[in-house]
Amino acid sequence: MNALERVAATDFSASEMMIVAAARELAGRRVCFVGVGLPNIAVNLAKLTVATDLELVYEAGVFGARPARLPLSIGDPTIVTRATAVTSMFELFGFYLQGGLIDVGFLGAAQIDRFGNINSTVIGDYAHPTTRLPGSGGACEIAINAREVFVIMRQSRRSFVEHIDFRTSPGNPAGANGARIRQEQGWLGAGPSVVITDLGVYHFGGEGVMRLDSLHPGVTLEDVQGEMAWQPAVAERLVETAPPTAEELRLVRDVLDPDGIYTR
Amino acid sequence: MSESKVASMAEAIAASVHDGDTVAIEGFTHLISFAAGHEIIRQRKRDLTLARLTPDLIYDQMVGAGVARKLVFSWLGNPGVGGLHAVRRVTEGASASLELEEYSHFGMVGRYTAGAMNLPFFPLRSYFETDLPIANPLIRPIRSPYGDELVYAVPPLKPDVVIIHAQRADEGGNTQIWGLLGCQKEAAFAAKRVIVVVEELVGEEVIRADPNRTVIPGLIVEAVVVEPFGAHPSYAQGHYDRDNRFYLEWDAISRDARALERWLEEWVYGVTGRAGYRAKLGEERLASLRPGSAPSGSVDYGDYR
Repeated sequence: MNALERVAATDFSASEMMIVAAARELAGRRVCFVGVGLPNIAVNLAKLTVATDLELVYEAGVFGARPARLPLSIGDPTIVTRATAVTSMFELFGFYLQGGLIDVGFLGAAQIDRFGNINSTVIGDYAHPTTRLPGSGGACEIAINAREVFVIMRQSRRSFVEHIDFRTSPGNPAGANGARIRQEQGWLGAGPSVVITDLGVYHFGGEGVMRLDSLHPGVTLEDVQGEMAWQPAVAERLVETAPPTAEELRLVRDVLDPDGIYTR
Repeated sequence: MSESKVASMAEAIAASVHDGDTVAIEGFTHLISFAAGHEIIRQRKRDLTLARLTPDLIYDQMVGAGVARKLVFSWLGNPGVGGLHAVRRVTEGASASLELEEYSHFGMVGRYTAGAMNLPFFPLRSYFETDLPIANPLIRPIRSPYGDELVYAVPPLKPDVVIIHAQRADEGGNTQIWGLLGCQKEAAFAAKRVIVVVEELVGEEVIRADPNRTVIPGLIVEAVVVEPFGAHPSYAQGHYDRDNRFYLEWDAISRDARALERWLEEWVYGVTGRAGYRAKLGEERLASLRPGSAPSGSVDYGDYR
């Protein structure tokens, strides 16, 4: 990047900040299980900036995708054309994921708790829910077998809750005992490592609890506390997320999501 | 060469799908046989258990039309758009009436695999520390017989009928697919009866020229139905793109039970088979879905005599 491209932009949306923050977290990672929507743009942005060797894996059965347009769904034909490999879903989940080849799995969530346990199944009682959500898809096995899990979601009191209504995908079960349970049960994954929201970025401490590490530009600690149901652990040195650079924004707006479907 | 298995969709569905059957129209976003789903609706089948990893628009339409008693699935939604509103109407609140049996993607793939391999269960490393085994008691923990490692087991799934859309097959049902493969092969081998629906009927020599691309052998196929654009509004790699406009429109149609009923009247009951549906869509709409070209290189299998 030249000096001009490093200049921080001032006019950007909360979604764009989320995408850019998520992309930066992928620095140094090699193999990433991609979800559709925001994760897809974030992962493709990472490949163009901080992680140029990144291999994109889609649960539909694609390794090494090179999408030429923004995929409309998790199984868009553009992820097939010019990919390294197309596999059956048996191979994708069995050999690539459960076999331990996935560094990062990206998940969304309707609800999350402080331990990173995720609900994407129902709001309300399981038998008679107020809202029936999609369910696990591949999320449950991704949360268990990907080496680490990134969560990207909008933050509110309805989504950052004390108790999730249904455990679809495990985070750090039993909090500080999460790592022990994962090891004893032979899980390959270390669990959630990052949560990126429209307000800030969280990582997980040794006790398995989400910790607020950075606030997006213009967001205050009070804003964050107002959009979650528990008192968050806060980093000793809480920082401001570096705003998107002009180059990051150009890639998102002109290359990855030119119609602004996910970013406006 | 075996006898021709080519049949019309009406014949194939009438012969293979019976009230109360477990039916799986598979295809992971790719190659979803909407043509078969619509014929099942037209023939007013009832009490079906519909299995599929991703019940999307076609199962929303079938549930809305009243053919289903139960869904067996792993992800429920309109991919890239939102929810399935006909399904939500019968699964939310006090009046929830549609039975659900839910797994994860790998769990469903494992179920078909166990079904295809005649195994009593499929083991996988999933479901730990979640509520899924509580919601579905058929997901059960088991200990390894070679140590004390814990895994979860899912039971085999052997559908009465599996319906697969594909790019091409010969008259005997030897079927070739390229692009996303989903779990079509596992589902087909698990089925009691397989219906294959294809964009193009080809000669046996075309299949034999590229045997690596054959996913389903005619040996397990009951009927071959030729329906160009039979997967619309989903897509067929190399033939046509997903018609995303319809996926967006369905969101509004399906929110209103009466609008859904009118849509079925117009596009399913009111057309004469898939030819009528294609004609109603019109050449221009279909042509707009054609992708550019990206041919594979060819390989030389060698001639060994």
